[in-house]
Amino acid sequence: MKLKLRIWRQKDANSKGKLVDYDVDVNSHMSFLEMLDELNEQLVEKGEEPVAFDHDCREGICGTCNLYINGRPHGPVRTTTCQLHMRHFNEGETIVIEPFRAKSFPIVKDLIIDRSSFDRIVQAGGYISVNTGSARDANETLIPKPIADEAFNSAACIACGACVAACKNASAMLFVGAQISKFALLPQGKAERKTRAEKMVAQMDAEGFGACSNIGACSAECPKEISMANIARMNREYFGAKLTSTNL
Amino acid sequence: MKLDSKIPEGPLAEKWNKHKFSVKLVNPANKRKYDIIVVGTGLAGASAAASLAELGYNVEAFTYHDSPRRAHSIAAQGGINAAKNYQNDGDSIYRLFYDTIKGGDYRAREGNVFRLAEVSVNIIDQCVAQGVPFAREYGGLLSNRSFGGAQVSRTFYARGQTGQQLLLGAYSSLSRQVATGKVKMYTRTEVMDIVLVDGQARGVVTRNLITGKIESHAAHAVLLCTGGYGNVFYLSTNALNCNASATWRAHKKGALFANPCFTQIHPTCIPVSGEYQSKLTLMSESLRNDGRVWVPKKGGDTRRAEDIPEAERDYFLERRYPAFGNLVPRDVASRNAKYVCDEGRGVGDTKLAVYLDFADAIRRDGLNVISAKYGNLFEMYEKITGEDPYKTAMRIYPAVHYTMGGLWVDYNLMTTIPGLYALGEANFSDHGANRLGASALMQGLADGYFVIPYTIGDYLAVMPWDKVSTDRPEFREAEASVHGMVNRLLTIKGEKSPNQIHKELGKIIWDYCGMSRNAEGLKDARQRVRSLQDEFWNNLKMVGTGDELNHTLEKASRVADYLELGELMIVDALNRDESCGGHFREEFQTEDGEALRDDANYAYVAAWAYKGAGKDSELHKEDLVFENVKLTQRSYK
Amino acid sequence: MSWVAQTLNSTLGRKLVVALTGLFLCTFLIVHASGNTLLFRGDGGQAFNEYTKFMTHNPFIKTVSYLLYTSILVHVVYTAILTFYNQKARPVEYAYSKPSANSTWASRNMGFLGTILLIFIVIHMKTFWYEMHFGNVPIVSYEGQEYKDLYAVVKWAFSQWWYAVFYVISMVALSFHLVHGFRSGFQTLGANHPKYNPLLSKLSWAFGIIIPAVFASMPVVVFLQSL
Ligand SMILES: Cc1cc2nc3c(=O)[nH]c(=O)nc-3n(C[C@H](O)[C@H](O)[C@H](O)COP(=O)(O)OP(=O)(O)OC[C@H]3O[C@@H](n4cnc5c(N)ncnc54)[C@H](O)[C@@H]3O)c2cc1C
Ligand code: HEM
Ligand code: SF4
Ligand code: FES
Repeated sequence: MKLKLRIWRQKDANSKGKLVDYDVDVNSHMSFLEMLDELNEQLVEKGEEPVAFDHDCREGICGTCNLYINGRPHGPVRTTTCQLHMRHFNEGETIVIEPFRAKSFPIVKDLIIDRSSFDRIVQAGGYISVNTGSARDANETLIPKPIADEAFNSAACIACGACVAACKNASAMLFVGAQISKFALLPQGKAERKTRAEKMVAQMDAEGFGACSNIGACSAECPKEISMANIARMNREYFGAKLTSTNL
Repeated sequence: MKLDSKIPEGPLAEKWNKHKFSVKLVNPANKRKYDIIVVGTGLAGASAAASLAELGYNVEAFTYHDSPRRAHSIAAQGGINAAKNYQNDGDSIYRLFYDTIKGGDYRAREGNVFRLAEVSVNIIDQCVAQGVPFAREYGGLLSNRSFGGAQVSRTFYARGQTGQQLLLGAYSSLSRQVATGKVKMYTRTEVMDIVLVDGQARGVVTRNLITGKIESHAAHAVLLCTGGYGNVFYLSTNALNCNASATWRAHKKGALFANPCFTQIHPTCIPVSGEYQSKLTLMSESLRNDGRVWVPKKGGDTRRAEDIPEAERDYFLERRYPAFGNLVPRDVASRNAKYVCDEGRGVGDTKLAVYLDFADAIRRDGLNVISAKYGNLFEMYEKITGEDPYKTAMRIYPAVHYTMGGLWVDYNLMTTIPGLYALGEANFSDHGANRLGASALMQGLADGYFVIPYTIGDYLAVMPWDKVSTDRPEFREAEASVHGMVNRLLTIKGEKSPNQIHKELGKIIWDYCGMSRNAEGLKDARQRVRSLQDEFWNNLKMVGTGDELNHTLEKASRVADYLELGELMIVDALNRDESCGGHFREEFQTEDGEALRDDANYAYVAAWAYKGAGKDSELHKEDLVFENVKLTQRSYK
Repeated sequence: MSWVAQTLNSTLGRKLVVALTGLFLCTFLIVHASGNTLLFRGDGGQAFNEYTKFMTHNPFIKTVSYLLYTSILVHVVYTAILTFYNQKARPVEYAYSKPSANSTWASRNMGFLGTILLIFIVIHMKTFWYEMHFGNVPIVSYEGQEYKDLYAVVKWAFSQWWYAVFYVISMVALSFHLVHGFRSGFQTLGANHPKYNPLLSKLSWAFGIIIPAVFASMPVVVFLQSL
């Protein structure tokens, strides 16, 4: 199939970028990233710089791939960019490919962004303080299946950033909500829940993400179907913590 | 060189305890005087970095990923073994040990494997305490499933995303230490070389993948937790950026590389659909519980699967292995799929696939039952291939999945370079010639959480506290050599992209050093790899510069190592005149085509020493001593 | 910063303020809308005028009304702050974006809808509230008691077609603001439960349609009557 690609090219963080047009002729069985691989091979052959984009597992689990395709994070299907296939596009279509855009996701090069803000949010409190070796027997902590399943649903987040990309406020609430929820739901996570909620929200704000307008675009585009209930839970955790914690 | 595995004396069950008692300790107040470099933040690296920092050591951790959480461990699906015996089905540490030794076709060390089984139970405790949401029963207790090569249910899992949840657990502990300042985390930073001072590993040279800046970091010890080398094959189930450079460069600095030819080929992967294919996707082994594997009896049959009548189908696994049928172990299933395709009976456009058919199961159990069991896998298959497995048979083909070989390490996980350790898939230690399902996650976490925190003390306790300066000539030379390599690559003005050469290499290794091997093919392959090495250094097409983000350069630097490691894999396969586990030499098979081990001559670890560019590697043997298990021939008929 | 200021300056805290004020305004809308239906009594405005007198003189209602003015002010100020920072969170816009694929128009345009409401509130207050308090409203007397004839002011205002149209448009804006805002306010307060979510969504639709419809019916009916 013949396609016209309009791809964001930007030399580095400080340069100005622009959309550049490319024509490609590809196989409809290809994955979206294989289509870009093909373009890059052609560019290298011509001695031009290939388009830089992030990817790794190509199985939809590492969360590395992140392209804004035709106006939507990860493109027209609710999945990761690497699991998107060319059969979802039409012969002759123009495809616009941009990086995820947010102040807290600065562009590194072309389509590659820096999502280390997510790591810093986790460092602020996204853990249970347990040193190696100090754990008791795993079956001493009973966790009802529905609770374990719910915690799993929150923990399934792959930190791709599509929620931020989709949100008109570039808000990271879905991501942070999921991180707070996965611990808040479990008995092991209760001890630190107040401090965790306070610190993670504070870090999220310090990173410059926007607020939540409850638009729901994040959840609608999330490849792991993280639900808005996580944001509501974060709100409860945070307000509850602010009212009752001893952190001044 | 005499290889000393440092396996403690004494009865199997007491070795580890005794060893823990006899290793030297570093006093808590002194731990902060030692710096440790951890390369890699997968299960092995993240767990090691977090645990060492908790103990008080200063850790510098490196990953080429943009976040520690993206290491390839995240992709593991099935589960993690542990001898908890929560199911009361007769499991024990000894049974897990035995299954793993046997599954590895008796090419692993008894001492190591027993320790692995022993600490497996602590891993589950640790992970649950971290908040890993393992699958649960309604009553709130942990749930288990069973996996290949075992007759008990000892696999703990978190839906089909066990690796992800375990890695997030380790990542959260690591993040906590980053926040305390005990771990300094370097992301998007690739370790390019290991630096030795007075024969000891004292640091690394790194390249910042965004700015291209080359820098040195010094420490008292270096841990390589950099994963496996499956990507030598170009196509594998590994993530695209998995590579062998850190271990290979350590090898070139003096660390022996053990059993490079032991690679695991997983039978149920989505087949290659065309030349453009960049990676292969695993379909869980569990599918073989209900799916029937077949090909048409005649070659060149172009009818759709559902149009081929029963009488014209060959259910080759059921035919050849009536006892185990479709559930034969991974290596056997893979090999047989290859045979039928070699006979020209493969299916699909490429003819390199066999059917995995659920029509009978759906007829027998109904659509709902099958969809409850495999719904998510069917969906994934449909997403990738665009075909609906409820309606038409799946097409599958074996793919490279795991590498049992790796840097040689002793019982303390130290390589032959003092102060250089290898953990996780990067070492060779625990899986012999074939790894059982759900045991790589176990090994990575055992190494990082429960082995290295003890064994590293033994080395550091006698190290002086003094730090070495990165201004020393050893660091300067290493930096210069990295600069030199980068410049050399960038100035080749040829025609082929690194990707193209990698693809060619992968094809050679897959064809001649893949599922089945023979001496003639291997010799031929070695010549081809050599000429590909020449071509690489003379006909490479490069773009961009060294001081910017340059994926082409990163790739080229990795391919350079694959080309050398690929050759060593061939050399190793050629040396091992027997068949065992994943290593199947056609010359050594039983009358009915099964792997034939030669315990008298090959019950050893083949550890190779690098002798310089273009020179043959030197073989060192570590004899494997079996005091507790009896070596037997596997049969699945 | 004290913990209170810290909370109120966080993204979550700001949003909490917006939700609390917004939902408070919603309760006010119920009272306001039901009171105003007295216009339809057909008694020449007596009940309506009695009601307005009560509303402007009862000390409790007066207190509540100050709370109401503050709420509007705080709601507007906080939404303005939120909008300001939200825009800063994405300094470079996408070249091509297709938000309609993942969210409703109303949810993305609360600021625009709110601005219409603000303009409406100002004009509305000028026409009625200001006139009532400081203007020259004719006096009527029922059973010897004197009342300001706000009913006459309403009739006069709504008999102008452009005023009625402006009113109706504003109520459409209110409807969109509420259909998203009502449910959203509860989500902000942390209410999200699989058992009650369907109910909340339905309530939100009902509230967002019925209240504005009642308000909009007044100018429409009065205008038609004036023809
Ligand atoms: C598809 C798939 C499914 C699997 N499923 C299972 C399963 O169900 N059960 C099971 O037990 N096992 C499974 N395995 C195997 C298992 O996942 C791996 O063996 C294991 O996770 C390896 O962990 P690791 O920590 O050794 O390495 P990795 O997780 O690969 O981590 C390597 C780390 O090293 C870093 N690194 C590498 N080189 C450098 C360098 N030069 N400089 C800086 N950083 C570097 C990387 O950035 C990364 O952080 C599966 C494997 C695959 C491919
Ligand atoms: C009768 C009048 C009003 C009512 C009943 C009302 C009600 C609400 C409610 C319930 C919300 C949802 C709060 C939440 O999401 O948590 C909301 C949000 C909002 N309101 Fe109002 N509002 C009114 C007037 C205004 C005015 C005058 C403005 C502005 C100028 C305004 C601007 C907004 C904005 C921008 C939001 C979205 C804030 C965000 O989520 O980012 N509103 N309103
Ligand atoms: S919440 Fe969903 S969209 Fe956001 S980072 Fe996690 S997986 Fe990606
Ligand atoms: S590349 Fe890993 S999720 Fe897409």
